[in-house]
Amino acid sequence: MSNENQSLLKLIVNNHPGVLSHICGLFARRSYNLEGVMIRPIAGSSSHKSCVWLLVNEVEKLPQLIRQTEKLIDVITVEQHDMKESIFEKTEQFFI
Amino acid sequence: MNDSAIDQKPQTNSIISGAQLLIHLLEEQGVTHVAGIPGGANLPMYDALTSSSIKHVLARHEQGAGFIAQGMARVSGEAHVCFASSGPGATNLVTAVADAKMDSIPLIAITGQVSQTMIGTDAFQEIDTFGLMLPITKHNWLVRSAEELLEVIPHAFEVALSGRPGPVSIDIPKDVQNELINFRPKSIDSTDVKAPCSALDENDIREMLAIIKNAHKPILMIGGGIIYSDACDDLKVFAETLDIPAVQTFMGLGVLSNEHPLSLGMLGMHGAPFTNLVLEECDLVVGLGVRFDDRATGKVSDFCPRAKFVHVDIDRSEIDKVISSMYSIHADVGDVLRAANNSLQHVTRPLWRQRIEKLKESHPLRLDGDDDLFRPYGAIKTIASMVDDSANITTDVGQHQMWVAQAYPFTRPRQWISSGGLGTMGFGLPTAIGMALAQPDITTLCFSGDGSFMMNIQELATLAEENLNVKVIILNNNHLGLVRQQQTLFYKKNLSAVKFQQGVDFAMAAKSMGVNGMNLGQVDNPHKQLTKALREPGPWVIDIPISETEMVFPMVAPGGSNRDMIHGEEQ
Repeated sequence: MSNENQSLLKLIVNNHPGVLSHICGLFARRSYNLEGVMIRPIAGSSSHKSCVWLLVNEVEKLPQLIRQTEKLIDVITVEQHDMKESIFEKTEQFFI
Repeated sequence: MNDSAIDQKPQTNSIISGAQLLIHLLEEQGVTHVAGIPGGANLPMYDALTSSSIKHVLARHEQGAGFIAQGMARVSGEAHVCFASSGPGATNLVTAVADAKMDSIPLIAITGQVSQTMIGTDAFQEIDTFGLMLPITKHNWLVRSAEELLEVIPHAFEVALSGRPGPVSIDIPKDVQNELINFRPKSIDSTDVKAPCSALDENDIREMLAIIKNAHKPILMIGGGIIYSDACDDLKVFAETLDIPAVQTFMGLGVLSNEHPLSLGMLGMHGAPFTNLVLEECDLVVGLGVRFDDRATGKVSDFCPRAKFVHVDIDRSEIDKVISSMYSIHADVGDVLRAANNSLQHVTRPLWRQRIEKLKESHPLRLDGDDDLFRPYGAIKTIASMVDDSANITTDVGQHQMWVAQAYPFTRPRQWISSGGLGTMGFGLPTAIGMALAQPDITTLCFSGDGSFMMNIQELATLAEENLNVKVIILNNNHLGLVRQQQTLFYKKNLSAVKFQQGVDFAMAAKSMGVNGMNLGQVDNPHKQLTKALREPGPWVIDIPISETEMVFPMVAPGGSNRDMIHGEEQ
């Protein structure tokens, strides 16, 4: 499934109700292409944080997309990751 | 059950309701005024409000309440609060909140919501306020317990005011307002709010100054960020020491006095001809607290064709959003200016300044009819000459707004307050009320048009109740003038739905709501009557008839290049 137009982002966020709305709302209103979302609370975390993996279909707008995402109050960090062996590759079998 | 408010500040370990806690937390934030309208879902808040020192301003429409709070926030730089109930109360607030987002205004919108057990059942006056506010706020909350208020309220003020300011909204279900809790003050960990930017790097300042040093024809582009950063004096030192002329964005009017020799006035769609022409020639643009809005840049690929860009902004996502900069600093523009001013050496640029003077002479801003009270520039200039520099100015949206932006002699920051990004008709009157509430000793002028004024005319009753020093001046052409202008210029004069078949007697409308009113076209000595109305204390509506054929010139066609300005024929 490797596609050079795709990028993988890892977000650490506050585990509030509504945090995913803030992220998806941002992507929708700035028309960034979101291809996949995986979100789980961070295991063993007592600080109420969640980890979000985003598969985005943007190359040109990626720096702007990252900056906008970093601005969200409940987003603590944003990192770009390699597609290889990513969560989305490993779970491909569930999406056929 | 007696759910009436207690009449004193909550003591530690006393039992209070969520609503009482909310009011207490607002008082702790220094809130003096709340504009709003009560309704079913915020009854507990209003019950608690009566025993508070906070003054409530009863608006006639929630949008009015939102703009009253905005007026207080815009003129002071502080965060200000509005209240609305659930459902239609919340939807009516939406425009004022969206307006605050576009212009980075610290507005705190607090709405009642149906009880949590009712959420999701399509209850009476239930609406997804969280979902509605989400895309138009800097951040928003749905509060799920009274305990949460202890964190959310201080956090909301911090978010609204920190970094690039912006509106926040807090939705509070009625059961949370009624929930009884054992009150104990909570110390808030302020590190919860992310720092807007990292510490300033001296190398960045050196690099920026080196780029400026190498430029032959530099221009500063100065915007609202400088006002929000309280850095207008620093900007003045920076510009004067480096001898760099400055163009001002719509939101940046007042950063430099219009009398200042380095001020080139407003750029863009309705900017002065020489201002846009200077930008055609400059070789460096230093953008300070600006976001390169399309009304300022025109067609981006043709904007400042010979220039490189340096961009300073506190919002990292603004950098390289519209314009690719050769160098950028992600920081508070005030910090950057103050750091730079420590190491500046005096420069003079006689050739560049001469060239600009020449452009100014050959392509001036023409203010046709500025000696005639019944023409737009004449009305604005006459009124400006009748009040002193202390008057605050707001507008609605349309031709009158652009005429005021072009012609009013602004001398200081926060004197000019107008809806820039969202361009909200109906902004003027309630915002003027807010400005006058925050600064009651200063005369507030609200320039409006007959189209815009109808959109929040009900707030005249609020104005009468508060008896504030607000003077509304309606430049009345009985048309949606700016739409008429665009149809005339770009749609072959095919005038569609721009003329009001039914005119309004605004003087009579004002009187019906307890505000003085006159039609300046129907009084014997208009100059004398106008002077009297502007100088006596209390509110006035002054209706000035103008011709519907008046236009705002120059004008750049939407999407066109700033060099292609349309000029009117001399009248």
